[in-house]
Amino acid sequence: MIRIVSFFMDLIDIPMRHAQRYLRGHSIAWVFLFPNLVLFGLFAFLPILLNVAYAFTGTDNIMLWDRTYVAGENFAALTACSNYLDANSCELDLFWRSVHNTLLFIVLQVGIMVGVSLVTALILNRRIRARGFFRSVFFFPVLLSPVVVALIWKWILQRNGLMNAGLEQLGLERVVWMLDRNWAFAWSVFLSVWAHMGFYTLILLAGLQAIPRDVYDAATMDAAKPFRTFYRITLPLLMPTMLVVMVLALIKGVQTFDEVYAFTGGGPGSATTLIIQYIYETGFAGAPRLFGLASAASIILALVLAALTFLQLKFTRRNADG
Amino acid sequence: MNRKLELASGAVLASLMLGVGAASAEEIRLMCSSDGNECEAAMEIIQRFEADNPDVKVVMDKVPYKAILENLPVQLAAGTGPDIAKVTDLGGLNEYYLDLAPYVDRDYWETSFGDTLNWYRSGPDDDGIYGLHSQLTITGPYINKTLFEQAGVEIPAADADWDTWADAARQVAEATQTPFPMAMDRSGHRIAGPAISYGAKLFDENGDPILVDDAFTEYVNKFVGWHNDGTMARDVWGASGGTSYQDAAQEFINGELVYYFSGSWQVQRMDSSIGDAFDWEVVGSPCGAAGCSGMPGGAGFVGFKDTKHPETVAKLIDYLAQEDNYAELTAKSLNIPAHSGVAAKGVTYIDASQKANDALNAWGAQVAKILPVAFKYQGYKNNRAMFNITLARVSQAIVGELSVEDAMDRAKEDLATALAEAGK
Amino acid sequence: MAKAIDFLTRTRGHGKLHWTDWFTYAYLLFGILLMFGPVVWLVMSSFKTDAELDRFPPRFLPYAAQTVELEGYSKPLPLYKVVSGELAGETVAQVRRIGLTSQVVRLDAPDQIVKIGLKDREPIERISIATENYTNLFSKFDFLRFFWNSTFITVVATVIMLIVNSMAAFALAKYKFSGRAAVMAMVIGVLMIPQTVVLVPLFIVTKELGMLDSLWGVIVPGAATPTGIFLLRQYMLTIPDEILDAARMDKASEWKIYWRIVLPLSAPAIAVLAILAIMWRWNDFLWPLIALSRSDNFTLQLALNSFQGEMTTQWSSLLAMTVLTLLPVALVFAFLQKYIATGIASTGGK
Repeated sequence: MIRIVSFFMDLIDIPMRHAQRYLRGHSIAWVFLFPNLVLFGLFAFLPILLNVAYAFTGTDNIMLWDRTYVAGENFAALTACSNYLDANSCELDLFWRSVHNTLLFIVLQVGIMVGVSLVTALILNRRIRARGFFRSVFFFPVLLSPVVVALIWKWILQRNGLMNAGLEQLGLERVVWMLDRNWAFAWSVFLSVWAHMGFYTLILLAGLQAIPRDVYDAATMDAAKPFRTFYRITLPLLMPTMLVVMVLALIKGVQTFDEVYAFTGGGPGSATTLIIQYIYETGFAGAPRLFGLASAASIILALVLAALTFLQLKFTRRNADG
Repeated sequence: MNRKLELASGAVLASLMLGVGAASAEEIRLMCSSDGNECEAAMEIIQRFEADNPDVKVVMDKVPYKAILENLPVQLAAGTGPDIAKVTDLGGLNEYYLDLAPYVDRDYWETSFGDTLNWYRSGPDDDGIYGLHSQLTITGPYINKTLFEQAGVEIPAADADWDTWADAARQVAEATQTPFPMAMDRSGHRIAGPAISYGAKLFDENGDPILVDDAFTEYVNKFVGWHNDGTMARDVWGASGGTSYQDAAQEFINGELVYYFSGSWQVQRMDSSIGDAFDWEVVGSPCGAAGCSGMPGGAGFVGFKDTKHPETVAKLIDYLAQEDNYAELTAKSLNIPAHSGVAAKGVTYIDASQKANDALNAWGAQVAKILPVAFKYQGYKNNRAMFNITLARVSQAIVGELSVEDAMDRAKEDLATALAEAGK
Repeated sequence: MAKAIDFLTRTRGHGKLHWTDWFTYAYLLFGILLMFGPVVWLVMSSFKTDAELDRFPPRFLPYAAQTVELEGYSKPLPLYKVVSGELAGETVAQVRRIGLTSQVVRLDAPDQIVKIGLKDREPIERISIATENYTNLFSKFDFLRFFWNSTFITVVATVIMLIVNSMAAFALAKYKFSGRAAVMAMVIGVLMIPQTVVLVPLFIVTKELGMLDSLWGVIVPGAATPTGIFLLRQYMLTIPDEILDAARMDKASEWKIYWRIVLPLSAPAIAVLAILAIMWRWNDFLWPLIALSRSDNFTLQLALNSFQGEMTTQWSSLLAMTVLTLLPVALVFAFLQKYIATGIASTGGK
């Protein structure tokens, strides 16, 4: 298998040598980028562009050419609110409920995620036995599909589930978790942290290991005060990695959908309906399919996300520098 | 390892060749999804059709229900759909249907299937024949008779209203320490029957949908009230969101539920899962001011316009519609017949216990009590939009996100938006 | 034993247990419980019968009622031990249960029905694995075909993705060309829009390219991922440019540098991306559901979901199905976990 691949890879070398002759200096990079750019163009950018086109059209027809141009109507409907903090005052209250839910969700999820990942990374960075094993333990849930994650926890938290059995053992009352909006929300946050923290832990761990040993050695006298070492040395040096983690966690957090959707269905009521679920149900699973509205919502989402990422980068950079 | 790989790729190649071979004959693709064994039962009959028509090859693609609901419409719009499918959004997909009328005996279809043909049509002016209603369902309640007996509560009469049933169920639950008196599937279709019984019209005089009127609100008010006072199991409507479906069959089967409003399709499951654990019974839908109606529903086989073999598709569906075949399909899949001839003769259900047989016949008897509005609602092409709106808004009222009035106002607005988009 | 104590009390090297050491081990223990516990519970549950699944409080091991075949009864009858009443101490077989009473027979007199209260009897049970949860699934579909489709998609898509993404990452990490910032911005831009929201346009594009309803329609659209480029580029940045320059002195072509030097040096990061890619493709559900409509092209995820009908959720099948799809992922995990430890740990971060 490997021999076949490497034969083909050597074969590519022949045209590449020719290309190299014509492309001077670093322009050869484009040749390396080419396959990826083609795939991106076809399967990421083209759909996104089409999506923009959908956002300005109406009717429930699926094919773009059957749809009518409605200018900014969809955007106007989405943003028609007399008070943005009160979803009930909006024309499309469900959209704004999902926006509010998503905001709360990412504040909690990203905060807890970064916190827990950091603690875990610090612990895994200590001189412990079976470090490799423990690292992969925390990574394990990352490998599970979102639907499986949702099913596992749904099964544990159901009325007659393991969690309630545990509570009764402790002499407490059973709780029907999914009936209470706050519990349902809290468990959704928990579940998504559970499923993804391993990924961020390992990135942070990499950052920790990149910090040279001698920096610590210089500070050994302080070893009895681990908190001070952490604040004075570890955290500042870890800041660039923290930044990557925070940006990734934010982007992925806003895009949370599958696991929460499979877990609560967005309920009770609309308590855990996140913005991607709103888009999915409006544009794809609903009846009639309001693609225009869904596309407009996704564009607003992308713009806000880009702005948030930009702000976060700026803010954290300045902090790290100062 | 390599040897295995060779074997595997050999098998794939062989199957590809076979596929090419079959393509020279007429290949009909049938997309099917079912809760029970309808797909398998239909396939047995189709195999006889294949034997009669050696140049026709029918391939059944068994898919998740989600695919029929969400992906089939996209595929049809893009022109990549199958030849035949078993669908549940009967009127909504009308624009893609193949009219079977030129190929089949109109009189036979009209007399046999009558009303259900309308469900597949685009409106009152449409007289095409599009779909074979293979799975007629009707919504209504099951009760746990054993619990009633243990509690010493008399089972309300056939003309009892919802309040009477709610009282009775509550008494039974209290006396027997059963956790849930009542439950209804989380579905906009399920709640429609009771609302119609209470007098909800759903459409105005011109036949345009309005969904909410005073009677509809009245029932929703009661329904929300029962959730608040613990009569209805909150776990079903209250624990989920969006348009996700949720049933309470498991609770009923475990004897944790006294009164379960669901539908005829649950018979097979009740029969096999409950066994001797307790006695259960199908009772009629409770009554309201307008009647004691359930909602009809179900699924049927339709052919699609884009097919390359319209004649064969029509012939195949017509074959399934023949009285003998239809009776066999109904009997094997434990459904209520939509075919008047089959219904008149009565169906002897194969592989079903006496109890299931009785239950199915009890369901069959309920068909006569369905009000015309219910038939009209089931036949309306945008009804799925209305079901979804009901579901989302009533759920919000139950969990307390909105008052019933606000929820109903929102529902009206949602309907207006949906119709405006669908109508453009 | 001494070893175990040594293991548990191993410290930061000072010989004495600091409170942070206690905290560390407590945390790790809790971590194992929290990360593996739920999955173990799921696997145990998938071997339980429906009756046992409904039991509260649940038990860890799967139990099933012990049954006995008696003359005159077509089905095996469950055995009970009577704890009080007239028959106290005897073992009886239950014929049927009606409400709060149970009709039972003595084993030596199978035709004499005795009625006892439900509370007077206790089921006789033994540990039994409900393999029928699995065999039911297998009997419903052509497992090998779907397994092959899933494997084919996963392997091919992973290989394509690794090659394409590593080429792009190499270009972005090792060349200074005009437009690099633009390409990086583009990569991040793609990260902003999740696939879920562009399903319909993506469907249309795939259809126009004629890839619908073929395995390639699942493989190709997912082959270029921004996350993959991200991870690999971060790692490649850590490879010193001197090595590349030295190779250029030796007249190595740029392609050789990529293929013979940079790629092997990035092996740990590639391994991690491979793990992620395998898991993404294997677990993919929504896109294959849309792109594939013929059941002979179905992946395992689709096939396992196809028995989920309109109105039913049956935990026993659902749990068994979940375990089946989880199994290959668990295997991949077991084989590649050492790369996870060393791999991601040295990725990113710079």
